[in-house]
Amino acid sequence: MDNAAEKKLALTHFWVAFGSFGLAAVMGLYQVIERSGFFGFLESREVYYASVSTHGVLMGFVLTTFFIMGFGYYVANTTLKLPVWNKTFAWTGFGVALTGVVLAALPLLLGQASVLFTFYPPLMAHPLFYIGATLLVVGSWFWCVSMIVMYMQWKKANPDQPVPLAMFATTANAILWLWTSAGVAAEVLFQLIPWALGWIDTIDAGLARTLFAWTLHPIVYFWLIPTYTAFYTLVPKQAGGFLFSDEMARAAFILLVVFSLPIGFHHLYMDPEQGHGWKILHAVGTFVVTLPTFITGFTVIASLEIAGRLNGGKGLFGWIAALPWNNPMVLSIILGLLMLIFGGFGGLVNASYAMNAMVHNTAWISGHFHLIFGGTTIIMYFGIAYYFWPILTGKPLFCPSMAIAQLWSWFIGMVIMTTPWHILGLLGQPRRIDSVNYNNLLTISWEPYEVTMIFGGLILVVSAGMLVYNLYKTHLGSESYQGEVEYAEPIHAVKDLPSYLNSFTLWNIVIGIFMLIAFGYPILQFFLMETFGSGRWGV
Amino acid sequence: MHIDKLEKNWAGISLGIAGLFVTVILGSAFLHGIHAPSNVETIDSAKLHLSAEFAEDKLGAHRNANGSITVRMVAGRYGFYPKELTLPAETEITFRWVSLDVIHGVHMPMTNMSTMIVPGYVAQVSTAFHHAGDYPVLCNEYCGMGHAHMWSNIKVVSKAQWEALNKQGGANHG
Repeated sequence: MDNAAEKKLALTHFWVAFGSFGLAAVMGLYQVIERSGFFGFLESREVYYASVSTHGVLMGFVLTTFFIMGFGYYVANTTLKLPVWNKTFAWTGFGVALTGVVLAALPLLLGQASVLFTFYPPLMAHPLFYIGATLLVVGSWFWCVSMIVMYMQWKKANPDQPVPLAMFATTANAILWLWTSAGVAAEVLFQLIPWALGWIDTIDAGLARTLFAWTLHPIVYFWLIPTYTAFYTLVPKQAGGFLFSDEMARAAFILLVVFSLPIGFHHLYMDPEQGHGWKILHAVGTFVVTLPTFITGFTVIASLEIAGRLNGGKGLFGWIAALPWNNPMVLSIILGLLMLIFGGFGGLVNASYAMNAMVHNTAWISGHFHLIFGGTTIIMYFGIAYYFWPILTGKPLFCPSMAIAQLWSWFIGMVIMTTPWHILGLLGQPRRIDSVNYNNLLTISWEPYEVTMIFGGLILVVSAGMLVYNLYKTHLGSESYQGEVEYAEPIHAVKDLPSYLNSFTLWNIVIGIFMLIAFGYPILQFFLMETFGSGRWGV
Repeated sequence: MHIDKLEKNWAGISLGIAGLFVTVILGSAFLHGIHAPSNVETIDSAKLHLSAEFAEDKLGAHRNANGSITVRMVAGRYGFYPKELTLPAETEITFRWVSLDVIHGVHMPMTNMSTMIVPGYVAQVSTAFHHAGDYPVLCNEYCGMGHAHMWSNIKVVSKAQWEALNKQGGANHG
């Protein structure tokens, strides 16, 4: 299969993703040092909040979106054995998204958009920030269309055949993202941009928060699905085994898409503008969405056990030692699952309706999402990068042992950074403070943890450097490498797949009904009651 | 279609775990009344100084007929007003918070006095303090360059002490 054009498309997306990642990692180190207060000459709240805002946008929106698009194009191409549909269209999407990033970067770096990646109106950023963010999302919609078109092309040519699992998951993610991004798109198009440009005078912060909550939960599953796709469809093969169950994987992806959407109010538990009943409804949904993760943990670990035993591992735990720990993708999943166990525990605390009051908006939250997103989700992006880079560039990985050292250092750095962060939250430290100014004895208990976090940050930035350096040297290499992505086979071939596990028609209807129930009245209420908007506030 | 028996069992166990958590949460919410703060009540944040409830002389602690206390507070960059306040321990206290500008969050560490304060809305939390002492009141939502400087203090004293302090009645502005 000649897919040089697809390789170039995927690799270009990946480079934007990992280039942004490298830049954002350096900002992260600056932030952990600045906020500790031990280095007075570095203190600048203007620079700090510009950096926090940029770090959040680069890690949360740019790294993820470009990685997901690049990964999706290549998965579609290699699983369906189809060329990427309308490459001009795909490159246009890339161009629109990249233009958005550049437009948003200008005010961000100039300190004109220090409103954090969650926007927080009535704080107002420069209009270019909102316009840039919108273009990034619009660019990603091009990708969604490409994925859905290719999925339909294949289904038309292969009626009643099971869609290859990796592509099934990728299409699920494209559909998820279209639903997910609708909330923030409504906020940006109907509230933020008209308000920032002066067309309307006030903004209802309650409505804005409700619309953002629509997006805020499922967006993390948009980020997570490529990681889970690799768990199910790439790792078992790399580990030397088979996928334990193809059908359960499909069920897990469907549950993820359907139940990650109508549950965003767990971000609003502490908010005054939504009632108890709606919050409880979303709380129940939040626990339902733990199911696909429980299932994933089981199926993926079972797949690893098959591989470990095929490699000669014996006994209850002997198969773990028999796994190829020196394979970057296998090591990524082992370390990723470890972080998922702890991060998942923290997530259950956050999800617990009333217990959340103890940790809400404390440093615990920053610790939590760095562990589960920066840890579990991103470490698998690294694993995928190490596997894909030689295939996409046609050159062998520059230094495999550096890749292994990089993954371990990322894991160790993340543990050293996020454990104190969680503790600081339990000790009452608010998130997003650039310095400690409270004249209270409580703050003395914070200091040792602030020191420890700096070491975590240092290890992480070195690790990030090793990743980017290794990928860069691979790209520049002179030797050649021939290989193609190999997907794991299930131990039981997929036969007689019911259409609800091979199609999204039914599930789109279910999502539509769920969203109407979960967000219909909570959004409508703002138009039924007398509300008072807010004017524009600088930072 | 092939679903392994082990997988079916595990799916059942997972459902049981999630069900257990949900039962505990619903039980504590509906049987013990433990809720997240929710109070869908709007207010014009630009006119707080003219409002019947949150004008400057109305802020602080007010004793209710049933012995409970209502505390009215305004959050604004960068402080919680009134900045100093003394409250009694072992007393039901209902905080009513409004913002005069942007979104803030307020948390008194080691207590469950935590809520977002969204402009245009009144946030309400009921709690009781069990220990006397100085409680920092911290802003925990990014609200601008001075976010880290946004805090105040609430002193909790025994019920008897508080009664003595407030014998002459009226607002307690500290």
